[in-house]
Amino acid sequence: MPLINSVRGVGHRVVGSIWRLGVAARFLAMTLMQSGVSFRRFQLIVREMFSSGVMSLIIIGVAGLFVGMVLGLQGFETLKRYGSESALGSLVALSLVRELGPVLAALLFASRAGSAMTAEIGLMKATEQIAAMEMMAVSPIARVVAPRFWAGVISMPLLAAMFSAMGVFGGYIVGVVMIGVDEGSFWSQMQGSVDFRNDIINGVIKSFVFGVAVTVIALFEGFDAPPTAEGVSGATTRTVVESSLAILMLDFILTAFMFRGV
Amino acid sequence: MQRTTLDLWVGAFVVAGIAALVVLALKVGNLSTYNVSETYQVTAYFTNVGGLKPTASVRSAGVLVGRVDSIVLDTDRYEAKVAISVDRRYQFPKDTFANILTSGLLGEQYIGLIPGGDEEVLKDGGVFRKTQSAMVLEDLIGKFLFSQADSKE
Repeated sequence: MPLINSVRGVGHRVVGSIWRLGVAARFLAMTLMQSGVSFRRFQLIVREMFSSGVMSLIIIGVAGLFVGMVLGLQGFETLKRYGSESALGSLVALSLVRELGPVLAALLFASRAGSAMTAEIGLMKATEQIAAMEMMAVSPIARVVAPRFWAGVISMPLLAAMFSAMGVFGGYIVGVVMIGVDEGSFWSQMQGSVDFRNDIINGVIKSFVFGVAVTVIALFEGFDAPPTAEGVSGATTRTVVESSLAILMLDFILTAFMFRGV
Repeated sequence: MQRTTLDLWVGAFVVAGIAALVVLALKVGNLSTYNVSETYQVTAYFTNVGGLKPTASVRSAGVLVGRVDSIVLDTDRYEAKVAISVDRRYQFPKDTFANILTSGLLGEQYIGLIPGGDEEVLKDGGVFRKTQSAMVLEDLIGKFLFSQADSKE
């Protein structure tokens, strides 16, 4: 009965994914409860911040610069039609600070640092290092997962801020230095339209939420990966796909809450 | 505790991130233009505030002298009651004009103050007696059409 089998397959997949979601939520709760150790031994977080934050600096900086430059170029072409090239600064800054900075930085972070986290933990599990820790009564969640979680959560807003700052600089290079928009109106229009609390703080909150989502997905996929070479590679792929989707969906929800009627 | 080069890198990373935030706040955002100096509160009533928003700037002769705190509808007069904080360094005569103006053709709206000639100055809690509402495009077009019709007769 192929029809019944296929219906059964769909049901199985749905129940399976809800099951995994529940386990992931419990995993997040356990990580939060057992993160005391990693704050007492802050060196653990610092080491993970090096591999997830510092090593992402170059890609974040370069990507931010080019996104800002493209925004400057495209924005100028459109604004020129309405004779309001002076609003280029506010266009570049608002789109970066509100949306592109947090979202693109989080997407890059997911594919650069998140996939590495999943592969690392998945391989630790495949080579039975996690099981060995449990044998020695060392909680792998406290020792391996929580430091990575907090490193990601701390790094993400900083990376998003750097992305936005580099983007504004890129927009400045294209708009003011190359095309020749008036420098004074570029900055003053920008400062007139970007509000510290409404735009910048909301952008930081967004990137914080994305940081939590990306690291939880990456760590959970690694921890949950089947301990085989194939399982680890599949988990790494799932991390990138799931965290990208999560970022974009969360971004819509957060935007709907934050910028209503502003 | 042993210090490593790794700590240095992470420290530099955190400093760079915070510096980026500070740049965003001061250079890109409007944090630097928030008045930290002392202010006094005055009110103005307008029959129509148009697109004026809280935190809009209040300018006199083009110089930023204050900000709009809140805009509410006063149900006694059915006019918009606009609360304004003005920098304490600037004093204005009692018969100062408060106009709602637009910066540029499509820019945001702000309040322009034109000082009068009164000897006394506005104090904390004072009210602008002379105000001019925002220009509404439909009204202008209506007036224009009216005057066209008149001139033809």
